[in-house]
Amino acid sequence: MLIALQLAIGWHFLYEGLAKILNEHWTAAGYLAASQWWFQSLFEKLATSPGLLGVVDVLNSWGLVAVGAGLMLGLLTRYAAVAGIVALALYYIAAPPFAGLTYAMPSEGSYLVVNKVMIEAFALTVLLVFPTRGLFGLDRLMSALRGQTLDTAARVTV
Amino acid sequence: MSADEHGSSGWANITRRSWLKTLASLPVVGVFFYNFLKKKAKDDQVQRAILDELGVVERGPAIIPDAVSRPPSDRVRVGIVGFGYEGEALVRNAGYAHPDWIQESRDALRDNPGDRRLETYLNQEDLNIEFTGVCDLFDVRAQRAIAASQTEVTSGESTPRPPATRYHRYTDMLDSGQVDAVIIATPDHWHTRMTLDAAERGIHVYCEKCMTRTESEAHAMYDAVRDSGIVFQLGHQNRQSESHNKAREVIAADILGPITLVEGTTNRNTPWGAWVWDIHEDASPETIDWEQFQEPAPTKMAYTPERFFRWRCWYDYGTGLAGDLLSHDYDAVNQILDCGIPHTAVASGGIYYYKDGRDVPDVFQVVYEYPDRDMTLVYSSTLANGADRGLQFMGHDATMRVSGTLSVSAERDSTRYADKIESNIIDPSRPMFTYRPGFRGIDAVTSATEQYFASRGLLYTYRGGRRVSAYHLMIKDWLDCIRHGGTPSCNIERGFEEAITCHMATRSLLEGRRVTWDPVARRIV
Repeated sequence: MLIALQLAIGWHFLYEGLAKILNEHWTAAGYLAASQWWFQSLFEKLATSPGLLGVVDVLNSWGLVAVGAGLMLGLLTRYAAVAGIVALALYYIAAPPFAGLTYAMPSEGSYLVVNKVMIEAFALTVLLVFPTRGLFGLDRLMSALRGQTLDTAARVTV
Repeated sequence: MSADEHGSSGWANITRRSWLKTLASLPVVGVFFYNFLKKKAKDDQVQRAILDELGVVERGPAIIPDAVSRPPSDRVRVGIVGFGYEGEALVRNAGYAHPDWIQESRDALRDNPGDRRLETYLNQEDLNIEFTGVCDLFDVRAQRAIAASQTEVTSGESTPRPPATRYHRYTDMLDSGQVDAVIIATPDHWHTRMTLDAAERGIHVYCEKCMTRTESEAHAMYDAVRDSGIVFQLGHQNRQSESHNKAREVIAADILGPITLVEGTTNRNTPWGAWVWDIHEDASPETIDWEQFQEPAPTKMAYTPERFFRWRCWYDYGTGLAGDLLSHDYDAVNQILDCGIPHTAVASGGIYYYKDGRDVPDVFQVVYEYPDRDMTLVYSSTLANGADRGLQFMGHDATMRVSGTLSVSAERDSTRYADKIESNIIDPSRPMFTYRPGFRGIDAVTSATEQYFASRGLLYTYRGGRRVSAYHLMIKDWLDCIRHGGTPSCNIERGFEEAITCHMATRSLLEGRRVTWDPVARRIV
């Protein structure tokens, strides 16, 4: 089940990243400009500065691709999971579904405090706590090359 | 636990089973890319099919009239009559900003890094003009113009320049021999007399809209400009908008099918947007030449500061919504469709919100008929609501919405696109074509009124992805024609069409009847 969870999240990240890269009109500007809560001014500043926005757009789209590829291939899984959690946390604090905050863009569901972004972040945390590197992926190969024992994590899931 | 997962490091201890575990996710990766490439191929095919059908590309307009930069060889000496909000903006966009404006822009930039006013100003091209004269009937504004004339700001450093001369009568400035060209940014009731006097002296004119206050003035101005051969530009800066030029391409490619209805709108919901402009604290009969101000006005009265500073609220000086804002939307439609003067006009409206003594309506609608084109143009406006209704061109096959972004959506019951809608290549619920000029981020625009102007391409536009003031391009276009010949983008022909079309609406409203344009007698009847 852990492998399925990791592949599903990796798939989601990888496609989100590739879709943004392939869409020449895509930019995080609209999302950032609509930000609410404590970090509103920071995100608005990013949206209105052409230089910073360019950096944010590249980091975001290629970051999503890197995290997605890492999770799907089981490569540097731990770092990919941490980076994914950081990205999701940023998405969450940019637009948290708190009572009293309203957004111009309607969401595709109804959320109060907990939303899918938060749940996906928790799911990645599960992968950090119960690593899959002993089960599959390039991490497993690299560990084997270094002569490390590979069955520790595997036993957890059995 | 198996032996192969223990022991020494290196490739030697990687067994077949270990390889299988390592590559366990490859089938999933394969499925991902199979689906991804399949979706991308389908999306690309749909986009290609739409763009092939439309015959346009989602890029900037191929040709922008008068956008070719030519070296500003001869220095042109420019004077201005009327240094109010609009006059100051024009002079600033010609390269002479008031020091206070520079400071305010620096402060604004410090408070909000997204504020790009100063950057746009500093990056604008040097038009090689000399600001030599000013005539303003209010001492404070005249002094402000002189201060602006002395500060030429380029690359952030201020260079002292010789001050412009103040003239108390504009004719003295025209006779001084110190101006080659004049910007007229006065209330509308002065435009004709000043243009006639400038044309008589061979001085080129940049005139703010609305071109005239009455129909007879439009004829007089047209004849004077045509006979004198001066270069005349009417200040409809939307002519420089990238979106509007792109919209012309959409029309030329006949993407919309037969267009039967065009709807232009203005919604503003602030006192400023309703011309309740500030009365300066230093305003008095001593600092304002009131008698000269009301010289061409039909009704004379004692000094009234409201009438001097909020002149758009009275027919003595302008034509209210018709001359101020209908003129913008009409000129945009005329720019995009080349539709000219309509056959008939029916207007209505009233003073429903600003009961402050004004005599022009604050809610105003007009319906124009173009029977030769099988088309109606509707303009609808209110100064007491801020809903964005935009400018829309409604064809049988598609609808084009023009604002800062241009979008075209297919009609669900279109004849031309029926096959592609049927085969799901075109989705009528989404724009099939979108053109977004310039910077992809969010432009920091402060007030609601500025947002209105920005959405109509009246504040700035884009050239090669770089933000440029539309005012600047409009003045540059005029100066280019003065130096090198050619026709300005809003010349006297377009100006005459604008004035007559606006006056048809005003006449219809005031006379309570449908009015008709007689193209042979060239008269509103």
